[in-house]
Amino acid sequence: MSKRKTERLLGLVVCLLSTRRYLTAEQIREAVPGYPEQDDLFKRMFERDKEDLRDLGVPLETGLNHPFDDDPGYRIRQQAYELPELRLEADEAAVLGLAARVWRRAELAGAAAGALLKLRAAGIDADPAASDENSPVPQGIEPRLGTREPAFGPLWEAVRDRRPVTFSYRAAGRSDPQRRELEPWGVVNRHGSWYVAGWDRVRGDTRVFRLSRIAGPVKFCGPAGRVTVPDGADVRELVRDWDSAPAQEHIALLRVRAGAGVGLRRHAISVRPDADTPGWDLVTTRFGDLAWFADYAAWFGPDAIVLDPPDLREAVIRHLKGALT
Amino acid sequence: MTALVTSTERLQRLLALVPYVVSRKSVGLAETAAAFGVSERELVDDLNLLWCVELRAPDPYCPIDLSYEGGEIVVSQAESMGRPLRLAVDEASALLVALRMLAEVPGLEDRSALSRLIAKLEAAAGEAAAVSAQVAVQVDHRDDEAEAYAAQIRGALSSGRRVHLRYYVPGRDEATERDVDPMRLLVVEGRPYLEGWCLRAEGVRLFRLDRVLRLDVLDVPAAPPAEAQPVDIDQGLFTPSPDDVPVVLELSAAGRWVAEYYPCESVTDLEDGRLRAVLRTPDTGWVRRLALRLGEDGRVISPPSLVTEVHDAAAAALANYVALSQVTHGSTAEPAETVSRQGRRVDSGRENVSGATEDRHDR
Repeated sequence: MSKRKTERLLGLVVCLLSTRRYLTAEQIREAVPGYPEQDDLFKRMFERDKEDLRDLGVPLETGLNHPFDDDPGYRIRQQAYELPELRLEADEAAVLGLAARVWRRAELAGAAAGALLKLRAAGIDADPAASDENSPVPQGIEPRLGTREPAFGPLWEAVRDRRPVTFSYRAAGRSDPQRRELEPWGVVNRHGSWYVAGWDRVRGDTRVFRLSRIAGPVKFCGPAGRVTVPDGADVRELVRDWDSAPAQEHIALLRVRAGAGVGLRRHAISVRPDADTPGWDLVTTRFGDLAWFADYAAWFGPDAIVLDPPDLREAVIRHLKGALT
Repeated sequence: MTALVTSTERLQRLLALVPYVVSRKSVGLAETAAAFGVSERELVDDLNLLWCVELRAPDPYCPIDLSYEGGEIVVSQAESMGRPLRLAVDEASALLVALRMLAEVPGLEDRSALSRLIAKLEAAAGEAAAVSAQVAVQVDHRDDEAEAYAAQIRGALSSGRRVHLRYYVPGRDEATERDVDPMRLLVVEGRPYLEGWCLRAEGVRLFRLDRVLRLDVLDVPAAPPAEAQPVDIDQGLFTPSPDDVPVVLELSAAGRWVAEYYPCESVTDLEDGRLRAVLRTPDTGWVRRLALRLGEDGRVISPPSLVTEVHDAAAAALANYVALSQVTHGSTAEPAETVSRQGRRVDSGRENVSGATEDRHDR
């Protein structure tokens, strides 16, 4: 950290905020202490400073005071700079405190803390401990959001800045990762996993990717603003469609050992003692995907036997043989 | 010690510091330092730096005037810095995404404060709020049951009462009965959990709401003992103990989901998209079931005892089918291949240390 740089940047902000007219680089050099004498050094330093301020979200405007001016000038409009007036009720402030904790230790934790700082600076007290009886946040509710997937950071930036990206992706069950080029429309967390949805340039279609299956780095492959999210594109819905289980339209009949197979019985349509086999019950249940349900039935090992349908029974037998070898 | 901050990070703090004081008329040094997460010494450095800001042209002047005599900060002149900088896209998104996620959390009955706050922040953030619509979090409560349980837990928390749970443990294929003194209702990675002192296990346990089979709020006051410490959820929900058994699995490309779903100690890529994963668990019973579920897509490499258990369980299960075909066809359709120690049930019966390790088996 350089104290001189902080002072210079602060001076620059104050200077540009207090002017209505555009100030040229030369006028700024005269007003703000800390810039070097040498022209090329000044130019480089000033460019970097402008970049830093823009990165902070300071709305730096460029323009001319008169159409005939040679050099462009700079200013910060007070109205564009300031956080608009914001008043929160006590219950709203309590919720705010909770929301700021959601990202703790995750990718956007710093951003959440930064936001909270600005709101505090606007006079709002978001006291996380302010959980009195009238608070809408019941004591003891603690929601958290994690971003274990390393791809989250770059993909969030890409979505924010509307930049296309490229990465290699290992589709479910495929052994070799493939290079994908994506115009990302949004990221969605579903059942605890992050997904990105957007336009797959190679496939020429909308696609959803699970972030944990992205192998290696995510790279930008185009400038900011290159991605257009189509009107009506609902990333939540795209991910839901991609991830949702098939309709449970098939029926299975299993023989399940008495006292076992709790998971199978839990969602069963009917459970009755098997008259032919003492100590066992007949369990009828619905399933959607045959392969998935065969895997699931194998979980219960010798405590569950699929009786029907035959293709399901064969799938379980094949599966168990696979576990044997 | 404070971590190194960059010049722009410090600038951010300085830009917030002036309005922080201005909006409160006057405020104590200690309180302000705490709000900004700095030491009082660093805060005084910041105040001095602000006070020293000077513009030289057209006429030299100092735009900011302040004092902190007697430990009370007062800003008497703030020029155009009296209001904080507006929210950046990242900042607005972090809050709005979190708030919209909260709106989905089961057990929050009064959502009006949430919607009001979301509306106010959207208005204040302006354009910066737009991107937050591209990030969404869906909280996992597939059924109304979880919502109802969450409401019950919320009630038990506020009235300080014990609950009785009938709880499904897939790893042991058991429905367990327990009395629990609720501590918190957590939502981690989009999934709701009850954290509480389990009287049966005499320890703090996490219970996934989608595994609760029944929940009754008892007419007994909850009394978690002093040693009942909440889990540090920011360190991850599942912390393996050094006493846990290391299990080595080899997964095919189709079995890679295991390494995504269960926290592994190490994951190594092998050829053809296969993986070697090492995980630690106090109870290997669920890994035996997992291996059966994986079939040829996953293989236990060690410990050797578990390799045998998986083999035996698979053989016993297959023997069932052989018996079945003999009954239905009256023939020996399948040779009773390698059915050794048939039907031996292996049950560790050991109470799970984390209570949660076992809570992770299905996709």
